[in-house]
Amino acid sequence: MRDEIAAIFEQVLGRSVMITDDTDIVEDLGMDSLGVMNFVMAIEDFYDLSIPLDRVAQIQTVADLVRAVEDLKSGSAA
Amino acid sequence: MTILAKHAAYRQAYDALLAHGVDPLNVQFDSVLSPTEGILNGQRTILLGTNNYLGLTFDPDCIEKAVDATRRQGTGTTGSRVANGTYDGHSRLEAAVAKFYGRKHAMVFSTGYQANLGVLSTLVGRGDHLMLDADSHASIYDGSRLGMAEVIRFRHNNPDDLYKRLRRLEGIPGDRLIVVEGIYSMVGDTAPLKEFAAVKRETGAYLLVDEAHSLGVLGATGRGLAEAAGVEDDVDFVVGIFSKSLGSVGGFCVSNAPDFDILRIVCRPYMFTASLPPGVVASTLEALGKLQAEPQLRANLMRNATRLYDGLRAMGFQTGPEANPIVAVTMPDQGTAGVFWKMLLDQGLYINLAVPPATPSNASLLRTSISAAHTEQQIDQALNIFADVGRKLGFLPSDRRRAAGAL
Repeated sequence: MRDEIAAIFEQVLGRSVMITDDTDIVEDLGMDSLGVMNFVMAIEDFYDLSIPLDRVAQIQTVADLVRAVEDLKSGSAA
Repeated sequence: MTILAKHAAYRQAYDALLAHGVDPLNVQFDSVLSPTEGILNGQRTILLGTNNYLGLTFDPDCIEKAVDATRRQGTGTTGSRVANGTYDGHSRLEAAVAKFYGRKHAMVFSTGYQANLGVLSTLVGRGDHLMLDADSHASIYDGSRLGMAEVIRFRHNNPDDLYKRLRRLEGIPGDRLIVVEGIYSMVGDTAPLKEFAAVKRETGAYLLVDEAHSLGVLGATGRGLAEAAGVEDDVDFVVGIFSKSLGSVGGFCVSNAPDFDILRIVCRPYMFTASLPPGVVASTLEALGKLQAEPQLRANLMRNATRLYDGLRAMGFQTGPEANPIVAVTMPDQGTAGVFWKMLLDQGLYINLAVPPATPSNASLLRTSISAAHTEQQIDQALNIFADVGRKLGFLPSDRRRAAGAL
C-alpha cells in the first residue's frame, strides 16, 4: 500500500517523493492545507472510501494514513 | 514566548501583508454615509464590499421601526429566550419568516453563525453522517465540530462526488444530512441544486441549504437558490441570515419537520445566548416586508451585478463562473492581491481582500459585493478604478508587455 500512496503523493505534488512509515505528511512533504485536502480526496478515490474529518485530523504520518485506510477498508472504523 | 506563540504561522502571514502596507483586517471607517458610501482615511469612498445586497441599512422605514421599538421596549433583551422570555417581536419575526418561506416552522438565532452552529450540531448526532461541501463557510465547519456526527467532505459543487460518498455509506445506519450553500460567499458561484436534490432523493438523505447570500437575491420572490432552481420541496431545512440583504443581524432556520420545536430545548447556540434586541427585530421585520413588496430591488441588484461582472471580464480580469452580487477577481498571489487592494482603496474604492486560508483553492481574491443601491455611475467609477490599477500593475492584457519591462 505504501507504493500506491507514494504514487498518489507524486500525482498530487507533481514531483517524486521518498516516503517511509515515519514520513510526516505536512512537515516532511511541505503540504499546505489545500494540498492535504487534495491528497486525501485522491486517496479516497483510489481506495473507494471516505475518511471522516475527525479521522483526517488524526493522520500525521504515512503509517497513520495506512492504518486509517486499512481500518476503513475493513469496515472496522468507528 | 507567550501562550499565543502557537499562532506564529498566522502572525507571519499577517506580517507579510502588513509589509506591503496593507492591513485588510483593520479597515477603520471614519463614518458610513449610506449603503454605498463611506469616509475612509478622510476620503469619500465607494463601498463595494459590504454584502448590503438590497441597500436597506439606511431605509427610512426600517430605521423608524428600529427607533420606535427601541423607545418602547429598550435597547436589549439582556438574556436568552429560554431563560428570560420571548418578546412579541421574536414571535412575529418567526411567523413572518415562516410565512415568507411557506413553511410551518421558523426559529430565529442571534447571528447567522450561531444558526449554523445550532442547526448542524443538533439535526445530526452520534452515528449520523454530515455531508459537507468542501468549500463550506466556516460556520458550517464549526457547526459540524460542535456536534457528534461523522463529517464527510465532498468536492465543491460536485453532486457525483457526493453521490459516490453516500453510496459508500449504504447499509450503515444513521441519518444523512447534506449541506450546501445557495451562493458561495467568496467567489459568488451557486450550487447545482437540482442535481444535489436528485442525489438526496435517490439516497434518502436530508438536504439543508444555507441561503445566507442568496436570500433576497435569487428566486422569483427572493427566497433564494432553492426557489430559483425549483426544488424547494426537496429542501428539508433552509438556513438564512438577516445581516446581508435585510441589513441587520441574526440568523434563522425554517422547516416543515413536524417536531421542529424540539430544537428550542436542545440547540445550545440558541439557548445560551441573548436574543436579538427589539430594534434589530423591528427593522428586520420591516426589511422582510420590503424584500417582498419591492421586487425592483432585486432587479436593480442583478442589473448592477451584471454590469460590474461584464465590465471586469471585458477588461480581461479573471472572475468566478457567473454574474451574481458577489464578484471576485482572482489575483496571481497574495502580495499582488494586497497591493492591488490597497491601490483601489487609495483611489476611493473599498472591496474585500480575501486570502488563504479563508479562500477556496487557496486563491488570493479581490472580492466585491454589489448593492441594489449602487448607481450606474458608481459601478462605472468602480470599473474605471479597477482598470486604472490594473494598468498600473500590468494586469490588463494589452499592458502586459509594457509592465514586464517596467517592473
